[in-house]
This record gives sequence, C-alpha cells and structure tokens, in this order.
Amino acid sequence: MQWETVIGLEIHVQLSTRTKIFSGSSTAFGAEPNTQANAVDLALPGILPVFNEQALAKAVAFGLAIDAEIGKQSFFERKNYFYPDLPKGYQTTQLEAPIVGRGHVDVLLDNGESKRVRIHHAHLEEDAGKSLHEDFHGMSGIDLNRAGTPLIEIVTEPDIRSAAEAVAFAKKLHTIVTAIGICDGEMSQGSMRFDVNVSVRPKGSETLGTRTETKNLNSFKFMEEAIHLEVERQIDILEDGGSIIQETRLYNGDTKTARSMRSKEEANDYRYFPCPDLLPVVIDESYIDAIRDTLPELPDAKVSRFIRDYDLTDYDANVLSASQAMADFFEGVAKSGGDAKLAANWCMGEFSKYLNQNNLEIEANPITPENLGQLIARIKDNTISGKIAKTVFQAMTDGEGTPDQIIEAKGLKQVTDTGAIEAMVDEVIAANLDQFEEMKAGKDKLMGFFVGQVMKISKGQANPGQVNQIIQSKLKG
Amino acid sequence: MLNKTIKQLADGLASGEFSSTELTQDYLAKIKSEDAKYNAFITVTDEHALAAAKTADERRAAGKAEVLTGVPIAIKDIFCTQGVKTSCGSKMLDNFIAPYESTATQKLSDAGMVSLGKTNLDEFAMGSSTESSFYGPTRNPWNLDTVPGGSSGGSAVAVAAGMAPVALGTDTGGSIRQPAAFCGITGLKPTYGRVSRWGMIAYGSSLDQGGPMAQTAEDAALILNTIAGFDPKDSTSMDKPVEDYTAQLNAPLTGLKIGLPKEYFGSGLSDGIRNAVIDAVKQFEKLGATVKEISLPRTELSIPAYYIIAPAEASTNLSRFDGVRYGYRCEDPKDLEDMYTRTRSEGFGTEVKRRIMVGTYALSAGYYDAYYRKAQQLRRMIKQDFVTALADVDVIMGPTTPSTAWNIGAKNQDPVAMYLEDIYTLSVNLAGLPGMSLPCGFHDGLPVGLQVIGNYFSEAKLLNIGHQFQTATDWHTKKPNA
Repeated sequence: MQWETVIGLEIHVQLSTRTKIFSGSSTAFGAEPNTQANAVDLALPGILPVFNEQALAKAVAFGLAIDAEIGKQSFFERKNYFYPDLPKGYQTTQLEAPIVGRGHVDVLLDNGESKRVRIHHAHLEEDAGKSLHEDFHGMSGIDLNRAGTPLIEIVTEPDIRSAAEAVAFAKKLHTIVTAIGICDGEMSQGSMRFDVNVSVRPKGSETLGTRTETKNLNSFKFMEEAIHLEVERQIDILEDGGSIIQETRLYNGDTKTARSMRSKEEANDYRYFPCPDLLPVVIDESYIDAIRDTLPELPDAKVSRFIRDYDLTDYDANVLSASQAMADFFEGVAKSGGDAKLAANWCMGEFSKYLNQNNLEIEANPITPENLGQLIARIKDNTISGKIAKTVFQAMTDGEGTPDQIIEAKGLKQVTDTGAIEAMVDEVIAANLDQFEEMKAGKDKLMGFFVGQVMKISKGQANPGQVNQIIQSKLKG
Repeated sequence: MLNKTIKQLADGLASGEFSSTELTQDYLAKIKSEDAKYNAFITVTDEHALAAAKTADERRAAGKAEVLTGVPIAIKDIFCTQGVKTSCGSKMLDNFIAPYESTATQKLSDAGMVSLGKTNLDEFAMGSSTESSFYGPTRNPWNLDTVPGGSSGGSAVAVAAGMAPVALGTDTGGSIRQPAAFCGITGLKPTYGRVSRWGMIAYGSSLDQGGPMAQTAEDAALILNTIAGFDPKDSTSMDKPVEDYTAQLNAPLTGLKIGLPKEYFGSGLSDGIRNAVIDAVKQFEKLGATVKEISLPRTELSIPAYYIIAPAEASTNLSRFDGVRYGYRCEDPKDLEDMYTRTRSEGFGTEVKRRIMVGTYALSAGYYDAYYRKAQQLRRMIKQDFVTALADVDVIMGPTTPSTAWNIGAKNQDPVAMYLEDIYTLSVNLAGLPGMSLPCGFHDGLPVGLQVIGNYFSEAKLLNIGHQFQTATDWHTKKPNA
C-alpha cells in the first residue's frame, strides 16, 4: 500500500528579551545554575507576575511577519501540572485567546515548488526550568535560570507531508524569527525546539490517522531523523495489521531511537483557567501599526527583491536570504564586486564551503564583503582567472591580505601578453606535432588538450580565452 | 498606654508623653503575659520590634517622624516579612523564613510602624474560625470557649484583647469583617486592587485583599492611608491616586441614602443580631440618613459561586508547595511521586486539602463548564446586582454575620455549616467592593457587627460613616474582660 505522511508542528521559540516574561531576571544563557532566578522565578509564596511588554511586542511582530490576525484581547491562563522544574506547579500560557491567530508561512521546496503551511495560532508562555540528572548522587538538580524565559509556541495545521518539508518549513521559520529579531536562533541553546505530530494514512484517504507527538527536538537533523523513524514505525505497525496508539514519544539523537513517554490515557488534565494575577492583554490598531513600522524587510520580500534587483534564480535568492547575515554579506559583495551573479556563486560556493568546513559564523569570519567583492572585480577585469581566484581566496582566508595584495605578492596576475602566450603555444605544438596534425584534420576534441597543456606550463596564469584564440589562428595558419 | 487608639498613641508619641520603645515594651509584655490564653500570635518578633522602636524614636528625635512612626502593629502571618517566619498557619511553611517583604508591610515599616509579630490565622486563610491553624485555635477574648472568627482571627484578638493597638488582616470572603464582628472591633476590606497583594500569600487571587483591623474607623483610616496605592509589582492593583482617608471623617451624614437588602434580614439571621443592626440603622437615621429596602437577589448564590471560585484559584495557588524549593518536605521520599504525595498529605491540614480537591474538581476537564464557568457567570450577575443597587443608594447596610461567635469545635466537623456563616460577606469579595464591619451591640454577651458596603473606591465614605457612628455610640469602646 502507498502511505501518505501527515505532519503538524509545534515550535517553541524563545523570545530574545533582556528580562523574563513575568519577572525582572536576566534571560542570558549559560549562567551558573539558579543565579538568574529571583523570588518570582522561584515561585516564593506571595509573589505576583508582571507581564514584560517586550515579549508582547515580539509576539506581535511575529504575527505580522506571518500575515496573521493579531489578538487584540488576549489573556493568560494557568496550565496546571506538577514537575520539579515548574516552580509554581503551573505554566502561565495562553489557550482560549492567543496573541497570534491564523497565519501562514510559504516554503520553497527542493523540487522548486512553493508550499504554504498554515499557522493555526501562536501563543505567549513562560519556559520551565531544567532538571539536571547527572552529578547529584542519585538525586536530581533543578536549575531555574530558564524558568520564565518568554516563549511563543507556534502551532501549524497538519499541512506538512514529509520530513523534508518539515525541515524546509522549520528552516524558513528560523529565517523569519531571526530576520525580525525576535529570537537569537541558537538551536544548540534551545532557542527553537520542535514537537512533531506525525500520522500516516493510505494515499488518497481524507481521514487523518492516529497521531503521535515526538517532543523537544532541538535540531533540524534530529527532527528529520525522528520523523523518518516514526513514519517507518507507524507504517510497520499498520502493515502488520496493528493500530497506532496516541501517545507522546521521546527521540534520542545519540542512539537514534525513540520511546513512548506517556499514552493519551496517562496524559495530564491541565485544568486550564484564566490567570487571576494578570490583566487581559488589550492592544489597539495603533500599537500594532507601531510594531509594523519597526519590522525590517521580511524574508519573502527580500527574496523577491533579490530576484528583481540582482536577477537571481528563485533558488539562489532563497538560499542567500535564509539568514540575515548571509543576505547582508551577499549584498555587500554584489555592490563592491559589481557582478551579482558572480557574487551569488561565490557566496553560495567557496565562501559557504569555507564557513561550513571551519564551523564559522559570518560575523566571525576574516573575509569582508568588500574583499570578496574585490576578488570578483579582478575576475571580471581579467586580472585573474576563476581558477586562480580560488588560490587567492585561500590566501584571503589565511589572512594574507586583500586580493590585490595577494595577486601582487604571489605574482598571480594573468598573462595577457600575446607574444608570451604565442611562445608557449608554439612550445606545446612542437612537443605534440602528431596530435596537432590530427586536430588540423578535424579532430576538434583535441582543442581542450592543447589549451590544458598551455595553461599547465603557464601555471594557470595564461588567459584561457587568449590561449584558445591563438591556437585557432595556428590551425588556420 | 495600652487602651489607646493609634490616633491617641500617635498624639502621645508626638507630644513626647511616651517613647515608641516604652510603648513597644509594654505591648510585648502584655503579649507575653496574656497570649497564652488566646493564642493570637504565631511569632512574636521582640528583637525586631525593639530595634524598630528604637529607630522610630531616633527618627522622631531627628524631626523626621510621620504620623504613625513608632506605633506598634500586629501582622497577619500571611504577609511575607523579610527575615521572619511566615507560616500562613501551615505546617507546610513552619520552617519558611521569608526572604522578601510584602508591599503592605513595607509601607507600614517605611512609615515607621513597629511590627510586634505575626498573628494566627486559619491555614492559608481557609476558614471562618481560626481553628484550622497548624498552631492551634485562637480564642475569643469575649468568651474563651468561642472562636474569634476567621481567617484573620489572630489579628482580631490581638486588637480586641489589647495586645496590639491595630493589626493588618486579609479578607477573601469575610476574613477581616467577620472576625472584626466576632471580636467587637472595626475591620475594613478595601476595594479589590486598592492595597497591593505583593507578598501576601495567595488564597483566592481574584478575591484577596489586605486591610486594617482597628479599634476605630479613624484608626482604620490612618492605616489605609499608609498601605493603599498602586504597586507596579501587582498588576491587579489599581493605578488610582490615594486620597487622605481621614479628611472626610467628620463630614455630616445628612442625606446619606442607606439601602437594607431584604435578603440580609431573612431566616437564618439571629434575632439578637437583627435587633442590634436595626438599632444601628436607626442611629444613622438620627444622624440624618434615609433608609430604604433594596434587593440583592443572588445573595444565596454567592455561597456556591464563592466556594467554586476561591477553591479553584487556591488549588493552583497552592501547587507551589511541593517540597522542592522551600517549606516542608516529607522524610526520605522514595521517588518524585512519593515526595509530592507525602509532602502535601503531611504538610497540609484537612480544610486546605478539602479546598484543593474541590477546586481541582471544579477545574477538571468535563466539569469546568458546569462549575467554574457557571460560577464566573454568577459572579458577574452578583456584581451587577450591587451595581444596580448602588446606583440608587450610597451604601448598603446589614449584619456582618448571621450569628455571633460559636463555640470552638462546634462547626469544624461540618464544613457546609461553616461556609453558610459567610453568607453576608462573600458577595462583597465576588463583586470586589469595599466592606466594613463596625461593632454595633451585643447578643448574649458577644459582639455584633454591622456591615457597611460601599461603591468601588468609596473607602473614605465608609470610614466617614464609621467615624460618625462611633462618635455617636460607644460600642467600639467596650472591652472584653477575659
């Protein structure tokens, strides 16, 4: 039987506010345990929450970025459950009236098609602390630094049909939240965490199968692996005549295995009800407009502009605008190099390869957009060939100076002196007379061989176009 | 010294008749010699009090004293007080030393008041008799076999027995007014949002409000002047200027329109209380007020509405008492589940557990609409009844309680009977209105309270009414001789 996978995602995005959503503690990552937990975060008796307006502004910005309805009268509710890293015994969250209503995100798939994923809603809530199970001699430690960090939980409709689509969507979401500056996007620090709801159904069926939820995946890779694993598991069960149990599952990225955490029957009754300590969040059109005015260019708009202004392909425009840093870098290179197509190729090619191989962020890499632009300018004005440019690039990464300095110091300037090239051509013909005769007789394929030989003895510095021209003239002569 | 109102004490301190240190020593001595009879205090903070008194005397010597600088006060043990045990009457917090100060007590301390200690209460303020405290029941000085009311019973008794000149209480469903009535003192529950709840251990968050328990309305006004006001740390506190609550105390009551809800005088009200309240109303007519009968048709429904909403909120407010970070933790927990179960089973008393269960049930999936949502609808209707009534009259008067103080142990096996005793006070919290109880007579030797309910933020009017009544009568001057 042919199966269709149906996926819905819930994404927790940490908002990059300076302080917590209901207290004045810092949200900075990596501090000593419990040094960023005040009386409110510890849920001491008698404490009260005060809502951080910055979290509201960022949530509204997200809503605007996905073209969503903004809840003008949202309110907070308590979601009750006991866990040691949940200090109050309830999480303050939104259920009935979330801040962000229906919206959508358009995703470019690998096959070049655009796919719209509908967002059901996004709500504001507080993060829990962390339970630490090592190093406490059979006991558990609790770190409440993270408790109260503002989150938006984004809930999609079940519009996603494969792990690849899920990853493409997740990456697009990452692009959006970092572009509008509401999240630092640091996946390894838990700034974005994914819960995946997966079900399968016979292809063509309209009804949804029973779903499972795999929680707390904190990388695109783990998400992809977890979905593949779960889809296979469900298909195996169904094909063996079994049925899927609705349950919450945990994926272990180290062992590449997943296990059931709790079934639907064991699920908590969270007893949601409006939090009496907080007033409803009432905002008006002018508040929303003010936030709209602060939004930077959105990723989709950037893609359109790149296509329009730089004549890039849809694919290139999407890749280059996936992060704000790359988009800015590319624009800098295109501007100083004077050739957008070459700038795009270099940014996506050598430059990205270099970043990946060295695990570098754009901000921390030694090459400036102006330098890469200069390199491209030298290709364009025939000072160096594309091949030599790679050598220059290598030297740039080693900090040997600007392209011009390197070309000068290493004597990499392309040989364009016709006399010098002709001498080299003659040398190659003299050494390969038989082949030259064959080529003369019509064996055109040998052209490449002769150009290659000349380039070789010129150490790559001869202008390949000129070499070609001179050999052609020798053939006629 | 000890029979003076805080107004008189403030005057005595200002004139140099006595020092705060002398005053504080006298009160501490009185608590030491007499509180064994009453059990009004959980913690007496001798050292803190004497240090604060010394500071107050120095401040006065430096010419920087405010009106209440150096005046002692007792604090219900529900307010967090930094460095002092804050138990909320529960084994759960028997070992809890608050690391921060509530806004209300901070304001008292900023004004130079001297805290004598922390008073007994029903565990987590859940009760109407101060019998459910982990520290044992408090006794009513008018008759030691009777309850002082609750939950602010310790504060009421401290004032009634002269162990403190004034006290701070909290009121979720009558917890200031009812013990004030049972002990013959003046208690004011301000409008919800008038006094910050920061540092006040939550019972029913949408109902809780701190307020003064005093010998006179004038004293209550002085305390309210000190504790009222917007607090950026409490989102539900009202950003509205605080008036001088003493400014209108002497205004005449000519033309005051009083409404008497017929539902407050029906069956269930003891005759003795009915007579005392009617006499008090007559007194107001003498002072120039007019009286008319009104109706608050959902008065009876305030009991079920309250006993859904307050426990629902309490059930989650008390989830933080889990043995993880502070407070009681059971011995040798086997695992997490065992720690939670035993910590909470052993740390909470019967009434608290009952309300947590009731509240949990009311919020459960499948029951929410039938209980919590319905109770909220009722709440809005009850509030609307008051709004309608108060469009027609200035204040509403009636008994604070249907009966006088009952015997210790008489009702604590029958929670519903106890809940019914709150019938006249609960609806005021549901509506968020200010309410005051004034001593207005006796029945079988026990004090009777007159309840005065005003419109939102009409505390100045209520205190004016109280002061005028107390200028014309002497019920508030009667002292128990237990």
